[in-house]
Amino acid sequence: MKIDRRGFLKIGGLGILGVAAKPVIDVVSKVKLAEASAKKRVLVEKRLAMVVNLKNCKEGCTDCIDACHRLHNVPNITNPKDEVKWIWTESYENAFPDQEHRFIGGGMKGSPAILLCNHCDNPSCVRVCPTKATFKRKDGIVMMDYHRCIGCRFCMAACPYGSRSFNWRDPRPFIKKINPDFPTRTKGVVEKCNFCEERLAKGLIPACVESCKNKALVFGNVEDPNSEIREILRSNYTIRRKPGLGTGPQIYYIV
Amino acid sequence: MFEKALIGSKKYWGLVIGLLAIMGVGAIFYLQQWNYGLGITGMSRDVSWGLYIAQFTFLVGVAASAVMVVLPYYLHNYKAFGRITILGEFVAVASVIMCLVFIIADLGQPTRALNIVLYPTPSSILFWDMIVLNGYLLLNILIGWNVLASERKSVPPPAWVKPLIYISIPWAVSIHTVTAFIYAGLPGRGFWLTAIMAPRFLASAFAGGPALLILLSLILRKFTKFDPGKDAIQNLGKIVAYAMSINVFFILLEIFTVFYSQIPEHMHHFEYIFAGLGEHGKLVPWMWTSVTLAVLSLILLINPVTRRREGILALACVIVFFSLWIEKGFVLVVTGFIPSPLGRVFEYSPTVPEIFITLGVWAMGFLILAVLYKIAVAVKEEIET
Repeated sequence: MKIDRRGFLKIGGLGILGVAAKPVIDVVSKVKLAEASAKKRVLVEKRLAMVVNLKNCKEGCTDCIDACHRLHNVPNITNPKDEVKWIWTESYENAFPDQEHRFIGGGMKGSPAILLCNHCDNPSCVRVCPTKATFKRKDGIVMMDYHRCIGCRFCMAACPYGSRSFNWRDPRPFIKKINPDFPTRTKGVVEKCNFCEERLAKGLIPACVESCKNKALVFGNVEDPNSEIREILRSNYTIRRKPGLGTGPQIYYIV
Repeated sequence: MFEKALIGSKKYWGLVIGLLAIMGVGAIFYLQQWNYGLGITGMSRDVSWGLYIAQFTFLVGVAASAVMVVLPYYLHNYKAFGRITILGEFVAVASVIMCLVFIIADLGQPTRALNIVLYPTPSSILFWDMIVLNGYLLLNILIGWNVLASERKSVPPPAWVKPLIYISIPWAVSIHTVTAFIYAGLPGRGFWLTAIMAPRFLASAFAGGPALLILLSLILRKFTKFDPGKDAIQNLGKIVAYAMSINVFFILLEIFTVFYSQIPEHMHHFEYIFAGLGEHGKLVPWMWTSVTLAVLSLILLINPVTRRREGILALACVIVFFSLWIEKGFVLVVTGFIPSPLGRVFEYSPTVPEIFITLGVWAMGFLILAVLYKIAVAVKEEIET
C-alpha cells in the first residue's frame, strides 16, 4: 500500500480526533448512566415536604418563628424595607390570594397563616440563578450557597411566594445571640428557609416543627406511603399556595 | 487614532472635566454603598430591583442606535447613513458599557461577579444576557474602530469586518430579546408576564436609540465641522416616528388584554401606575407624564410639516427620549414588584446616594461617548480637509 503525504496526514488527523473525542464520549456515557440510576432510585428516594395545619395554629404564638430565627442567626431587623425572614405569618387572604372572597368563614378571615419557602418541585428561583448558588437537592430541599451568591436578586423576582430575603445591610448587629453552630451571613447575599438541612443531617426534625406545641406543623417524606405526613395528607383536604403557577410547592395547608 | 482624543478645544476639556467631576461624586457615593450594602438605596424586600436595573434595561434600548443605521447602510446600501454608522456604533459601545456597570452597581457581592463565568448556568437568562451584551460590545468596538481606521487611510475596511457587520444586525435584536426574557419568564409577576415584552423592547429601542442619535448629530453639527447630513437626520426621524408609533400601539395592546380580561394579578399593576392603589400612587404622575409626552411626540413626528423642521424634530426627540426613559428606565421595572406577590403595596423611591451613583454611571457613559466621538469627528475632519 502506498501512502502519500496527504493520505498520511488524513489518517493521522483522524487518529488525533479519535483521541480527542474519547473524554467527551466518556462524559456523555457517564451522564447517561447517572440519569438511568437516578430514575431507578426515585421510588426509594426521599421527597421532603411539610403540612401546615392552620386549624391548630394559635394566633399570637410565635414559637416556630422564634426557634427558626434563633437557630439560623436570622437578624431581627424591624424596618420592613430591610427585614429578613425565613418563616413568618401573613393574613390568610394575602397568603392565598386566589382563595379570597367576601364570605371566608371558619375563622380564616384575617387569621394568620404560616409562610416559608415552598421547596418547590419546579423552583423558578433555581431556574433563574446565574451561578447555581441556589439549587435543588435530590430530596427536594431548595438550598442556598451563601458563598457563591453574587446578590443579583434574580431569584427574588422569580419567587412567586415572597420567600426570599436579601441582606440589604450587615445582619450581624441585629442578631441578639449568635448561634455558633450555624453560619451568619454577610451583606449582599440572599437567604431563605433551608428546611433545617443541618438538623436533618443529624437525624433531627426541623426546628419549627419541633418547637410547635400544637402539632400544627408536620414534616416528612411524601415518597414514603407509611409516613405520618402521608397519613395526614390522606385523611385531610389540603391546599397549596398558587398551584396554578406550576412551581409544585411542597408546603401543604389544612384550612 | 486615540491621540485625537487628547487634543481638543477648551469646550471639549470642559466637558471632560465636568463629566469626571460627576463621576467622582458618584464614586464617593458608591464607596458608601460598598461599605454599607445595597440598603443605602431605596430598594426593599418587596421591591428588590430599582433604578440601577431600570437604567440597564433602558440603556440596552439605547444601544439599538447602531443597528438602525447599520442595517439600512449595509443591507440596503442607503448611502446617507454611511456618514453616521460610526456615530451609532459608538453610542452602542457607550451604552452597553453603562449597562454592564449598572449591573455591577446592583450586585450585592460585586467581587463575585465572575461567578457567572466560573459557574456557567444556561438555564439562567442573566447568563445569556452576559454573553449577548459583551458580544455586542465587542462587535461594535471592532467594527467601529476598524472602519474608522480604514476610512482615515482611505482604504476599504479589512475583509473580516464585513461578516462581523452582518452578524451585528441579528445580534442587536438578541440583546433586546434576551433582556426582555429576564422579565417575561417569571411566574407570579403579572406585570412582566407577557409575550409581547420582547417586541415592546425592540420597538422602544428603535425609537429611543435613533432619537438620541439625531440629537447627537445635531450637536456635532453645531459644535464641529462634521456634518452628518440633512438626509440622514430626516430619515432617522422617520424611523423614530414609526418605532414610537409601534411602541405606543404595543402598550395599548397590553392595556386591552389586562383590563378586558380583568385578571387581578395582571390588572393591579396597571391600576397602580395609572390610578394608584389606595393612598399609594407615587408613580401615577410619572406615568401620565410619559403618556402625555408619547402622544405629543407622535403628533410632532407623524406630521411631516413638523418633522421636517429640524428644531421641532429635535424637540420631538427629546420628548421621545424622556417619555421612554420614564417608561423603561423606571416604571417598567419597579411596577413589576408593586403590588408584591402577597398583595402588599410597598412603594419605592430612589435615595440620594442611589441617584448620584446613577448619575455617575451616566457621566461615565457620556465621557466614553465624548472621547469616541472626538476621535471619530477628528478623523472625519482630517479626511475632508
